[in-house]
Amino acid sequence: MLGRTLQEVSAALKQGQITPVELCQKCLSLIKKTKFLNAYITISEEVALKQAEESEKRYKKGHSLGALDGIPVAVKDNFSTSGIETTCASNMLKGYVPPYNATVVQRLLDQGAVLMGKTNLDEFAMGSGSTDGVFGPVKNPWSYSKQYREKRKQKSHGENEDSNWLITGGSSGGSAAAVSAFTCFAALGSDTGGSTRNPAAHCGIVGFKPSYGLVSRHGLIPLVNSMDVPGILTRCVDDAATVLGVLAGHDPKDSTTIQDPGKPFMLSSLTDVSKLCIGIPKVSLPFHFTEILSGQIQSPGLGNRLVGVESCLCHFC
Amino acid sequence: MAAPMLRGCCLGRCWALACIDSSSRHGRGAATGFTSSGKRGQSFVAQQPLLTAQKSRKGEHKWAAVVGLEIHAQIASNSKLFSGSQVHFAAPPNSLVSFFDASLPGTLPVLNRRCVEAAVMTGLALNCHINKKSLFDRKHYFYADLPAGYQITQQRLPIAVNGSLAYSVCVGKKWRQVITKTVRIKQIQLEQDSGKSLHDELRSQTLIDLNRAGVGLLEVVLEPDMSCGEEAATAVRELQLILQALGTSQANMAEGQLRVDANISVHHPGEPLGVRTEVKNLNSARFLARAIDYEIQRQINELENGCEILNETRSFDYKLGCTVPMRDKEGKQDYRFMPEPNLPPLLLYDTASLPAGADPQQVINIDRIREQLPELPSETREKLIQQYGILPEHSFALLNEVGLLEFFQNVIKETRAEPKKVTSWVLNIFLGFLKQRNLAVNESPVTPSVLAELLNLLDRKVISSAAAKQVFEELWRSKGKTPSQIVSERKLELMQDEEALERVCHAVMEGHPQVVMDTKRGNPRAINKLIGLVRKVTHNRADPTVIKEILEKQLSS
Repeated sequence: MLGRTLQEVSAALKQGQITPVELCQKCLSLIKKTKFLNAYITISEEVALKQAEESEKRYKKGHSLGALDGIPVAVKDNFSTSGIETTCASNMLKGYVPPYNATVVQRLLDQGAVLMGKTNLDEFAMGSGSTDGVFGPVKNPWSYSKQYREKRKQKSHGENEDSNWLITGGSSGGSAAAVSAFTCFAALGSDTGGSTRNPAAHCGIVGFKPSYGLVSRHGLIPLVNSMDVPGILTRCVDDAATVLGVLAGHDPKDSTTIQDPGKPFMLSSLTDVSKLCIGIPKVSLPFHFTEILSGQIQSPGLGNRLVGVESCLCHFC
Repeated sequence: MAAPMLRGCCLGRCWALACIDSSSRHGRGAATGFTSSGKRGQSFVAQQPLLTAQKSRKGEHKWAAVVGLEIHAQIASNSKLFSGSQVHFAAPPNSLVSFFDASLPGTLPVLNRRCVEAAVMTGLALNCHINKKSLFDRKHYFYADLPAGYQITQQRLPIAVNGSLAYSVCVGKKWRQVITKTVRIKQIQLEQDSGKSLHDELRSQTLIDLNRAGVGLLEVVLEPDMSCGEEAATAVRELQLILQALGTSQANMAEGQLRVDANISVHHPGEPLGVRTEVKNLNSARFLARAIDYEIQRQINELENGCEILNETRSFDYKLGCTVPMRDKEGKQDYRFMPEPNLPPLLLYDTASLPAGADPQQVINIDRIREQLPELPSETREKLIQQYGILPEHSFALLNEVGLLEFFQNVIKETRAEPKKVTSWVLNIFLGFLKQRNLAVNESPVTPSVLAELLNLLDRKVISSAAAKQVFEELWRSKGKTPSQIVSERKLELMQDEEALERVCHAVMEGHPQVVMDTKRGNPRAINKLIGLVRKVTHNRADPTVIKEILEKQLSS
């Protein structure tokens, strides 16, 4: 059940195959089992169970709030959460309990999402490995996969088992590890210079960075005010689209959000991959660019459909 | 009264004497001694005042002083500039603090529309060019009452630039001429106020109250076109009146709604400007001129003694009456200005550039604001002069005291007495009583209708001028009595019976032949004696002018 996509679980909840409280408890016990990943800084067990109970009441009445009702989610620890400690993985904010929710957190809660806890990160999101927080590094769940373990056994030089792990990338490493280890179905990260996409790639999940101004930054403790955005981490693209639909939109509390576009966001359904054209920005590192274009992409029918894209933004990378 | 006096030293001839009395409690009161019929105001720029140093040891060195001002006015709005918390004076400490004001991590500023309108109104009233696009910046410095570690201000591109403020000073030997001077306005910008620090010396701690943190301020920067304390004080006073008329700020210095910093330097005329010092902590209308004049004199003295002026920041010590260097200024501070990334550029429109279909709640139209500007003090004064024929200096006096103009207009409405008479009574007698007892106009026990009734009695010649003054005193003491009541109680009615008065005069002359002889001999004071005697007999109920007429008639017969 925990390995399913958000949409599948949402359907299961609606049909009554599983209740929100059961789902929540499963996730909580998995979190406890995977504590060694160090993905979570704070586990909000009581809050989560209470939210799950409320969700269960709604489902029983047939008044579910939507696709996110009863779904366990995690939030990176640089988002303000009312009543739950928010540390940004730093001693500076240790013990800081905000009195308000970040707008994106509030929008998730308004849809009935169940908050599992606050995930680990690089201190104040400054990093790309999730190794520099004061609560220790986050370990990539793939470090414990059969393939990796076997590889390490072959190369074993009497190393300590404990030091045999891979980084999650960062800075939203905790969120990526949480989603990748099936302890939640979606997680919030933040992205300034890749901090959502980087760990998503490292942990083999989907990381989505919305355009600046699409999603509210109110409550996101800033790294670079003019570049930060809240990011979405899920296990499939449809799930990310679902979450984006909830989070996107003008926020009067954030003056840098754009006015609502008018049409609600819809992800087109894709059946034929061969029709897809993928653009790759021409970054000013010619070495990598030619390598990408000339290298073998192991996916059917895509070889001729990679196109170099030039934009003035590339010069700032 | 109105002469600017420095402690101990003679200022020489500072031409810019303002028609303001510096010793009033509620802003600047009226000068009560204007009885001259001065010429109408002439607008020409007076010469730069020349100040002579205290001891001209090295011959007659002439100095010229240059004063620029930075004025911070708290915007009269319901909520703060970037957050929704309320703005109130003297609320319990830290009771009006939102998450953004306390700088909780993750909070963001949201611009207050009313504050922008206030800035545009003020800019238009001061003849400024309103920038259709203005930007916000961060000014960084560390202080306990600045939780964010930076202040949001408008350093690069403020909302209004290049304006002017006209103020009038009375010059000449008897303050007869009214001269209009202008000071250029460099810019007006929106910025945040900081919180308040209360230093508890006893316990060696500082308490922070963030109620004021984030309140919107209008910073008005006046170019160094002023040359002495009185000019600066007059300009500030005029700005206060304009802000109050617009309603954009209550501009009450006592409540900290108007704060002034002065930049002062001295130089010899014809030579380049000298090193300037900044004088902060000028929070009282009364001491503004004094502090500036002190600093000017201090700089002159230093330079005369061969010392140099340091480019420093000084504070005015009210108890000692002098400026002292402020402790914690080591060199020039780097404010690390950077654009405020959480606020997009502020765009204003006029009717021509307004986008079609724009929500009126979301945009500001400069032309509409200009149309809706209320009457400015200079217009009000002009109207008073036109409508009632009063003198320019009186029009200043009427506007200078809070509530006085309304009082005056209410009296005029209900009395048939001449405006000149009303003016004289309101400005001299009524205001004099207020000042003596340190009261505001709205605390006066005498209402406009009561004064109007008294003036009607005077106008109908029911009582004499002297009697009217007595009645006024009585009115002030005992509330509830009308002038007519007091007049009848004290039997103050003028004698209307002229024949009876003639008989009294005749009797007095009969009784005092020696005085009559003196009068006939041409002694001018003798007739006054006779008048005095008649008045005594009639218990002061006869009009002295009438008595004099009758006596003269009888003497010549």
